[in-house]
Parts: sequence; C-alpha cells; structure tokens
Amino acid sequence: MSMTASLALTVPELILSVGALLLLLVAAFGGDGFARAIGWGAVALFAAAGFALTGPAGNGGPGFDGLYIADSFAAFAKLLIYIAAAVSVAVAPGFFARTGGGYRAEYPVLILLSGVGMGMMVSAGDLLTLYVGLELQSLSAYVLASFLRRDTRSAEAGLKYFVLGALASGILLYGISLLYGFTGTTLFAGISDSLAKGMGTGQMFGMVFVFAGLAFKISAVPFHMWTPDVYEGAPTPVTAFFASAPKVAGMALLLRVAIEAMGSGTDAWRQIVVFAALASTILGAVAAIGQTSMKRLLAYSSINNVGFALFGLAAGSAEGVAATMTYMAVYIAMTLGSFICVLQMRDRDGQPVETIASLSGLSRSRPGLAAAFAIFMFSLAGIPPLFGFWPKFLVFDALVRAGFWPLAMVGIATSVIGAFYYLKIVKTIYFDDPAPTPFAPAASKLEGGLITLAALAVSPLGYLAIPLLDATSMAAARALF
Amino acid sequence: MGFPILSVMIALPLVAALACLFVGAKAARWIALAATLADLGLGILLWHGYEIGGAQWQFTESVPLFGRFAWALGIDGIALLLIVLSVFLMPICIAASWEAIEKRVPEYMAAFLLMETLMVGVFAAQDLFLFYIFFEAGLIPMYLIIGIWGGADRIYASYKFFLYTLLGSVLMLIAMLWMVSEAGTTSIPALMAYDFPPEAQTWLFLAFFASFAVKMPMWPVHTWLPDAHVQAPTAGSVILAGVLLKMGGYGFVRFSLPMFPVASAELMWLVMGLSMVAIVVTSLIALVQEDMKKLIAYSSVAHMAFVTIGLFAFNRQGIEGALMVMLGHGLVSGALFLCVGVIYDRMHTREIVRYGGLSNNMPKYAMLFLLFTMASVGLPGTSNFVGEFLSLVGAYQISSWVAFVATTGIITGAAYMLYLYARIAYGSARTPEAAAMPDLSPRELAILAPIALAVLWMGVYPESFLAPMRNDVGAVLARLAPTAPESDAKVVIGHPKPAVEAHAEAHH
Repeated sequence: MSMTASLALTVPELILSVGALLLLLVAAFGGDGFARAIGWGAVALFAAAGFALTGPAGNGGPGFDGLYIADSFAAFAKLLIYIAAAVSVAVAPGFFARTGGGYRAEYPVLILLSGVGMGMMVSAGDLLTLYVGLELQSLSAYVLASFLRRDTRSAEAGLKYFVLGALASGILLYGISLLYGFTGTTLFAGISDSLAKGMGTGQMFGMVFVFAGLAFKISAVPFHMWTPDVYEGAPTPVTAFFASAPKVAGMALLLRVAIEAMGSGTDAWRQIVVFAALASTILGAVAAIGQTSMKRLLAYSSINNVGFALFGLAAGSAEGVAATMTYMAVYIAMTLGSFICVLQMRDRDGQPVETIASLSGLSRSRPGLAAAFAIFMFSLAGIPPLFGFWPKFLVFDALVRAGFWPLAMVGIATSVIGAFYYLKIVKTIYFDDPAPTPFAPAASKLEGGLITLAALAVSPLGYLAIPLLDATSMAAARALF
Repeated sequence: MGFPILSVMIALPLVAALACLFVGAKAARWIALAATLADLGLGILLWHGYEIGGAQWQFTESVPLFGRFAWALGIDGIALLLIVLSVFLMPICIAASWEAIEKRVPEYMAAFLLMETLMVGVFAAQDLFLFYIFFEAGLIPMYLIIGIWGGADRIYASYKFFLYTLLGSVLMLIAMLWMVSEAGTTSIPALMAYDFPPEAQTWLFLAFFASFAVKMPMWPVHTWLPDAHVQAPTAGSVILAGVLLKMGGYGFVRFSLPMFPVASAELMWLVMGLSMVAIVVTSLIALVQEDMKKLIAYSSVAHMAFVTIGLFAFNRQGIEGALMVMLGHGLVSGALFLCVGVIYDRMHTREIVRYGGLSNNMPKYAMLFLLFTMASVGLPGTSNFVGEFLSLVGAYQISSWVAFVATTGIITGAAYMLYLYARIAYGSARTPEAAAMPDLSPRELAILAPIALAVLWMGVYPESFLAPMRNDVGAVLARLAPTAPESDAKVVIGHPKPAVEAHAEAHH
C-alpha cells in the first residue's frame, strides 16, 4: 500500500495533530485571551475528525504494513472518543471561570493531543503503535490531572497518576518485550500466528504483563487504586474526560489485543478477564458504599462499570465484543451526564461542592437537575426502563450464549450490591430534608443542554436506537474476528 | 384490530404523568383522576370487546421496534382481568390521596400514573424482554412512593423493597436470556409451547421462582412486605397489595407452569411446603399484631399462599381458584388498606388500641369495614369465598395434608380479622379522639362503595370472572397434563351392586 493511501487512513489523527499544533501557535501568540476560541476550535476539530471517519479512515483496512488498522471497530471507538473529548472541552471554560480562573489555552490542545493518542491506540495493529499511542494519551492526561497548578489536590492527583501510570507503562513495556522475544514480532497478526502454535511460558508471561498494563488504563481491579484519588483531585471537567474517552480507548485497545493478537489463546486470557471483571464489579460496588464524595463515588462506579463491560470480553465471542462496545457507548452518555451534573453542584459563591450530603433535598430546590441525577443513577444501576439496562443485558446475553451462565448469575447478582449505592444518591436527593444551603442557580445553557441530551439518551427513548447500535457494534466486532 | 387499545392504555397514563410534572398540585390531581378514569373506561371497553371462547390471544399488536425484541402486546382472559383490576383500583387510589397527600402532589400523581403504565404493560406484554422491562421498571416509582411519601421508617422499607425484589428479578433475567438463546424466540406464546429440556427446567424454574416468590411474597422471603406496607402511603399500600403482589401469581401461571411443567411437578413439594408454612405462621403472626396495617400485610402473605397452593394443585379447580383469590384479594386487601387509611387520616395512628367503638360514631364506615372483613375471612357471598373454596378443593384432590393444613388458615384468618374488627368497631371508644371522629365523607364513600359492589358481584356471580379465564386455564392444564403428579388420596372407584338386583333377589 502506498504512502498516500496509508496516510489517507489516518486523516482523523492528521486533522487532530495538525489542528492541535496550529491552535498551540494561536495560544502562544494570542495568549489566554483566546482560550475560549481555542476551545471551540478544538470542538470543531473533533467534529471534523469524526466526519473524516466516513472516508477511507472509517473502513480502509490495515495501513503502514499492518502497523495501523483503520477498520469499523476503530471507527466506532473513535467516534465515541471524539464525542466524549469534545464534551470535556466544551464544559471546561465554565468550570474554570467559576473556580477563579485557571483556564488556559493549553487545555483544549492537551485534550486534542490526547485524542490523537487514543486514536492511535484503537487503530494499533502493532505493539509499538499501541505503546506510542498509549503514552501520547497518558502524558497529556498527567498534565491535565494537575491542571489547577495552585490546587494541592490537583497537583497530587497529577503526580499520583504519573507515578502509577509510569509503573503501569513499565509493566506493559516489559510484557511487550517478552512477547517480542518469544514470538519474534510485534505485529498483532504475527503474534496471533505464533500463539496458534501453542502458548509457551514466555508468551504466557508476556500476555499477563500486557493485560496488567492495560488493566491499569481501564482501572480494572486489581489495578484500580489510582482511580478514586485522581478522579477526586483532578478538576471536574478533566475527571469527566478521564472517566469517558480514555476508558473507551483502553477498553477498545484491550479488545483488539485480546482478540486480534491473542485470539488463539482465548482460554488463557479468559481467566484473567473473568477475575478482573468479577473483582471490579464487586469491589466497585462494595467500596462505593462508604464514600461521601460524589466524585469518588463516581470513580468507584466507573470501576464497577468497567467490570461489567469486561464480562462481554470474557464471553470471547463477536456478540461479546459488540456488547462491550455498546456498553462503552451507553456508559459515556451516563458518565458524562453524571459529571456535568456534578459540575452543577456549587454553593452560593459558585465554589464547587462535592459531598453527597450537599445533594440533600435537591429535588425541591432544583427539580430538573434532581430528575437528571436520578435518571443517571438508576441508569448506572442498570434498572430498566432506563437505557443503562440494555448494555448489561447485552453482556450477560453474550455470556449466556457462550455457555457461561453460572458466571452470568454471579455477575448479575453483584449488580444488586451496586444498586444499593446508586439508590443512596437518589435517596439523598429525593427523600432527605433539603440542605440548609441550596445550590447556586443553573449557570450555563450549554451544560443544561448537554445534561438534557444525555438524560434523553439514557431514557427509555434510547431503546429506539437499539437497531442502529446493534448493527454498528456488530459490524465493529466482526472486524476483529 | 385497528385500534391499538393496549398501547393507548399504556401510553395514556404516561403522557398524563409527564403533564403532571409541569403543573401545580390542583391541576395534577385532576389530570391524574381524568387519566385514570379514562384508562378505566378503556379497560371496560377491553372487557366488553374481549370475545370469550375466541382466540387465545386477543387485541394483539406487534411492532419489531427494538431489533432484538418487539413491542408485542396481547391479552388472554387472565391478563384481561388483571388489567381490569389494575385500572379499576387506580382512580380509587388517586381519589384516596386527594387530601391525604399534601406535599409534592404533582410528583406523587406522576409516580402513580407511571405505575399504572407499568402495571398494564406487565400484564399486556407478549414479549419476554418487554415483560421484564415493565416488571422491573415498577421498582422505580414504588421506591419513590414509599421513600418520599411514606411513614417514619420509610427509608429502610424502601431500600428493602427495592433490593429484595431486584435480587430476585436479576436471576430471572439470566434464565430468560438462556431460554431465548435455546428457543430462538422472545415471544411469550411461542415459549409457552416450547418444550425445554427437563434437566434445564429445574434451573429455569428456580430462577423464575426467585423472582416470583419474592414478589408474591412467599414465606420466608416475605419480610419486605410488612415493612413496605406499613411505611407506604395508603394508596401505595393499595397498589402494592392490590396489583403488585398479583404479578407474582401471574408470573407463575404465565411462565413457571406452562413453560416448565416438568420442573413444576418435581418442585411442587417446595411450593406446597412453603405455602403451608406461610399460612400457619403468618396467620399466627397476624393474630398478635398491634399495628393495623401490619396485620393486613401479614394476612396478605397468608392469602397469597392460597394462590400458590391452588396454582400448584395442577387441576382446574385449583388454578381457577387461585386466580379468583388473586382478584378477590386485590379488591379486599385494597379496600382494607383504604379503611385503615380513612381512620388514619383522622387520628394519624395505626395502633389498634387507640381506637374502639367506631360503630357508634361511624356507622357507615363500620358497615363497609365489616363487609370487607367478612370478605377477607371468606364468607360465602363475597369474592374471597369463591377463590379460597376452589383452591382448597383443588388442593384436596392432590394432597389431603395440604388441604388440611391450609384450611386451618381459614380458621385463624377468621380469628385475626374478627378480633381486629371487634377491637376497632365494637365496645366503647378507648380515646376521646376516637369517639369524636366523623363518619365517612362523600368522597370516602365514593371510594369504598365501588369496591364493595365488586366484592359482592364476584361473590354472588363469579361466572362473569371465571368465564373469560376458562379456556386459558384449560391451555395451562393441557401443558401440565403429561406431568401432573398423582393424588395422594388413592381413590379407588368402587363396584357396588345395583340396587335393583338386590331387590329382585329379595323377592325370590
């Protein structure tokens, strides 16, 4: 394949990286006065990149001799990533303005660069592409976590994320080197061929390390420890970003590595995935019960949800992969909606509050916001008729179809534990007496609009999207098999 | 069928619920009343249009709206009567909350209307997953109703209600997923005719049992019910006892029996055993209650055990009796909770000892309360007699021990209900407040009178209710026939000599 044809496959990444560099120049010469304009520029770039997926970048197949794959699976994941990233950019200026400045032009640029990294992750056809993409994403994320430089919690979050992230990268890189050593290639296709001949101890070790490194990125138990601290410390729009786009990228990457590179060793990695899934759902549910901070609670909720999404991978079938991708699609709607709701939690002076107790009686002071919160919580708990039920339904359906019904029984029983703490939020909002200090009134139409949009997406109206979601996620999943 | 009457019955309360959220308290009350009355009207049309002895599934609609499952609706006689029961009780609930609910009226009315949508949906759904969604979604409005408008200990009760029912239901979901992957269809009528492998049936039965036994509720997973009933507002209790508990029985007769006949026969001892324990234990517990609502809640558990006994008797009398108990109990327990609500609204206590002698100052109330008490006891001429008698007849055919133990429930039932009535209505008032209570207002009379008439109608002419269900019970029995267990009575048909011959011999 010619260089031009290969480059045509990477149009979304090219748009984002060239755009990011141009915006960086604008920022350098224009200063922070242009920050808002740069933010809208970034949103436009994400829209353009998303639009570019309709071209060869959406379904062009492998490029650069297999290093890079532009298939419908990558396109599905990229679309989710761009939407989540664009939303995280759009809601940021309001937040920083209310918390006493600190919004700088670098914020959208960093998210753009992170978007490039995530695009590479989901399109990786080679362990090195994977690693470069992952590091590009992570390095941007470390800076974003500590974006409020003068806030000690934010700085701590950034540092913690960096140290633990570097450790995980090291583990991943070690696994990659082992795999390269024992299979003689870094190409996914080559690794798959090599594993088909039988899995030796060296390959097994390599696989375990790669999975451990990737589990860190999606914060699956037992590599979840950083999540609550980082989510709590990072500025809320950044937390919303962390909980959505990189999760989709990490999950898509894990799916591709598991199926495309190690599909012949499914039985070997399945036990890892099953353990991580069960441990994540249980720990994500149990540890959340005692939380008092809304952001920490949502961090555990994301651990819990990643666990459920992993059940789809545990099935090891195309249906399972499609279910996991659908899960991530619905998950970002729920999680972005919840975090934008958290952005509304401000006292009279506009300062953000994060305790769950401050939500008391919200249903009387802000009925609309309360209803949205309740919709997201019931949806995260997976209670029908809200749309959060549907992805859970799909992953368990895939498990049952693959013959793992006892696992499905255990898995779904853990969702009842999780329901408890989501109910606790609804209880605080609807049953408790109003808090003495009500929240500041709604600040921006944009945030209100985004909350409404997300709430409508996870409302029963979402079920009408099932045929579309089914078709696209199945097409995406088939690209891997 | 051109007019999608079932879809309209589901959509109408939903639209009204949304409308309620945007108006004030007064408008919300009227919207709710109008919508529920309109739904009742549609329900009557539905009953009128239902052709007895016609197709098994009538008013069917099916739109493959969701890809993997369909918006498929349709009713048989059993679903018809349960839908009519639901839409009959709803306007009564709205009227009963007219003055009792003062805070957050629009949201309250919206929650009740949403509940109605989901109840009609549960009974009308003809698609397995559509059924599950309606079945499960009912948790949300009920959780809010108990939690926001409930009594002092409402939060504990709402959690218990939600988590108990959720745990039961999720296991059922896994069983449903397995069934659909095995049978390749989500249509309930098709699944009712599908023969699942016998070894799988046991597991499937147990998974469904986990859900329906909690919903029913059966001993020992009934403990959420007294809490939920006591804490819920009056109308919440009415809906809970009147309709939500019936979903368990409906589940048994719609899913467990026809879909897993082999397992039903094998595990009959489990259901029968739990029901026998329930009847004896909860009746005795009811006898010593000091709280009126708790007493009625425990009596509900005992009455529901008559339903399970009848259903698992595997004969026509048993199943028809069970369905009649469901309908009768829906009316009577709802009415009893309303009766409690009437005096609770006046004195704000549920303690039995605070009342007494109400027949002196509230004669109309005492009379209606007596009627419902007698109906609950199972007096001939009232609704519950028909159902309990039939289900005991059915049970006796299969096991005389079950019938023997269950019949003690009739005696203890009479004991606790009459004891309750005597303490509240007879004698002299124990507190001055009780003596000063005014009799029923026209609104309260209008709430209770229709139920009283329905209770008498069902007791005097049960054929109106039995006729629509007859063929559908027959269909269930046909599925059960190959595996129906033998009776323990071992009746042998005797061969008495013809009397005429004996006479002839004597002459010679």
